[in-house]
Amino acid sequence: MELIAEKVTREFVRPSGKTNRFFAVKETDFALQSGRLTVLMGRSGSGKTTLLNMLSGLLMPSSGRITADGKDLYAMPDKELSRFRCEHFGVIPQGQTAIHSLTVTENILLPFALYGDAPDEARARQLMERLDIADLANARPAELSGGELRRVAIARALVRKPSLIFADEPTGDLDDENTAEVFRFLKECASEGATVLVVTHENDAKGYADIMLKMSAGVLTQE
Amino acid sequence: MKSLAIKNLKGRPVRTAVLMVLAALLSFTALGGTLVVASLGKGLDSLKARLGADVMVVPREATMKKKFEDIVLQGSTGYFYMSSALADEVIQREGVGQVSPQFFLASTGSSCCSIPVQIIGFDPDTDFTVSPWIKRTYGGELGKYDIVAGSDLNAFVGDKLSFYGVECTVAAKLEKTGTTYDTTVFTNKDTITALIQSSLDKGMNDFNDTDPEHSVSCLMINAADGTSPEELVNDINIHCKKVRAFRSGDMISGIAGSLSGVSQMIRLLIAAVWVLGIVILLLAFTMSVNERKKEFAVLRVMGASRAKLAGLVLKEALCTCLGGSLIGAVVGLLVLLPFNGVIEKTLALPFLLPNAGSITGFAIAAVALSVISGAAAAAVSAWRVSRIDTGLILRGDN
Repeated sequence: MELIAEKVTREFVRPSGKTNRFFAVKETDFALQSGRLTVLMGRSGSGKTTLLNMLSGLLMPSSGRITADGKDLYAMPDKELSRFRCEHFGVIPQGQTAIHSLTVTENILLPFALYGDAPDEARARQLMERLDIADLANARPAELSGGELRRVAIARALVRKPSLIFADEPTGDLDDENTAEVFRFLKECASEGATVLVVTHENDAKGYADIMLKMSAGVLTQE
Repeated sequence: MKSLAIKNLKGRPVRTAVLMVLAALLSFTALGGTLVVASLGKGLDSLKARLGADVMVVPREATMKKKFEDIVLQGSTGYFYMSSALADEVIQREGVGQVSPQFFLASTGSSCCSIPVQIIGFDPDTDFTVSPWIKRTYGGELGKYDIVAGSDLNAFVGDKLSFYGVECTVAAKLEKTGTTYDTTVFTNKDTITALIQSSLDKGMNDFNDTDPEHSVSCLMINAADGTSPEELVNDINIHCKKVRAFRSGDMISGIAGSLSGVSQMIRLLIAAVWVLGIVILLLAFTMSVNERKKEFAVLRVMGASRAKLAGLVLKEALCTCLGGSLIGAVVGLLVLLPFNGVIEKTLALPFLLPNAGSITGFAIAAVALSVISGAAAAAVSAWRVSRIDTGLILRGDN
C-alpha cells in the first residue's frame, strides 16, 4: 500500500509563551512505498511523532492531505477511517501500551476483538515465538518487564498482517540483541510487501533502512 | 468489545466494587424509600376505609382522655356504652342515612381470657364498615361464638379462644390491613352481647349497670343525600348532649399530617442520597477514565472509533450499575419485607405494604432508574473519551 502526503502541515497552539502558534511539521510532500522500510530520525521535539500520527490517521493535518492507495484518510468519517486503520495499519506506539486487564495473548489479539473479527491465533502464536514471549502467553502485563511489554506491542501491531506499519521508537526498552531482532523482523515485513515507517533514535536502524529521512524543526529531508 | 468491558471490570475489582456499591445505594434508597412512602399511603387509605363511615357517634365519656381515638387509631383496648334509647335519639336526627351500631369489649390477660385484645361486635343486618373487610377472607355467616381474628393475632382458623369464660371459634382471619384491625377480634351482635354479659357476671366489666341487650358502644353513620357530614356532626353535637359525633376525616387528619411529614422527609432523604450518589458516580467515572486515558488511546491506535471508545465506557458503566442496582434492590426487599412490622412500630403510623405486583414494579423501576442515572453519569466520561487526543496522550519526548 502506498501512502502519499501532499503539502502536509501541522500547527499547534501553545497555551502560553511568546509565540503561541507554531508548526510542528512544516509543509511536506513525500511518499511511503510498498516493500520499503523507511527510517525517520531527528532530535527530540523535531516533529517526528506528530508526522507519524498524521500519517497513521490519528492526527488531522492543519493543511494538505494524506492518501493511502488513493483514499484520502481524513475525508473518511471516523467510523470508516477507524475500521480502515484497524484492517490495514499496524501502529507500535511509544512507551508501555498494554491493556492491564488482559493477558498477553488477549492483548495481541485485541485488534481482531475490536470489530468482532475471528482471531488469528496461529499468527499470534507465531509472533510470540518470533519475539520470544511465547512463555508469557497467559501472563498479565503487570508481570512483564519493559522489554517484554514492548515486544507485546510489536506483536499486537503486526498480528493482522498490516499493509502499513508505523513504529514509534519500537526498540526503546530493548537490549541490543532484541533491537536487532525487531529491526530484522520489520525489514522482513517490508520484504513481504508491507510499507514500513520507523521513527527511532537508534543509529543501528540505518543498516536496515531502504530510505532514510531526517526531521529537523518540523522540516523533513531525505538523507 | 463487550467481553473487553467485562474483562476490564474484572481486572479492577476494587473500582468495580465501589461503583457497584454506589449503584446499589441508589436503587436501595429509591426502592426502600418509595416502598415506605407507598406503604404509609396505603396504610392511610386502609385506615380511611376501616373507619368506613362519614360520622361516628360515641358516648361523651368515651371522648375523655382520647379513649375512643386511642382504640381506633392506636390499637389500645377499651370499651364504653350508651343506651339504645340514646342511640335511637341520634338515629332520629334529620340527615342520618345509613347507620349501624358497634359494640366494644376488651379482654384481659387474666385466666378467663386467652389473649388480651380489643373485641368489636357488629350487627350483620346493618353493618357496612366491618363486613366488607371480613368478606375478603370469609364468605360465610358468623354463627354464635364464631369470631374473626385480625392478621397479627396468634390465632388461626379452627382455634378455640376463651373470653370471660366463653369459648369462641376462630372462623376466619382478616387480611393484613396495616391498621388496628390487625390486632382486633370481630364477632356478631349475639356473640358480643353474650361476652359482655359474661364479663358483667364475672364482675370484670367497669360498666356494671349496663344492659348488654339495650346498649351500643358506637354508631357508624353515613350522612343522607343532601346533608354534609359537617352539618350532621354539628346537628348531633348540638341536639344530643350525652354523645359526641366526629367526622372520620377529622379523626385521621392528625395521622395524615404526620404521614405527610414523614413521607416528605423520606422523599428529601432519597433526593439527597441520589444527588450525592450521582455526583460521586460522576467523579468516579471521570477519575477512572483519567486513570485509563492511555488504555483508551491505545485502543484508538489499534483502530477503535471514537464511538467504540464511548461505547466501551458506557458498557462498563451499564454492567456495574445493573449489577449494583440489582443487589441494592434485593437488599432493599430483604430489609423491608421481613421487617415491615418493625418499621410500622417505629413510625407508629398506619403501614400497609403494596401487593406483590406493585412491589415488583417498584423494584424494576428502582433498578431502571439507578442504571439510567449511572449511565447518564458515565455519559460525560464517555463523551470525554470520544474526544481523546491520542497523539498528545501517547507523545513521548519527540
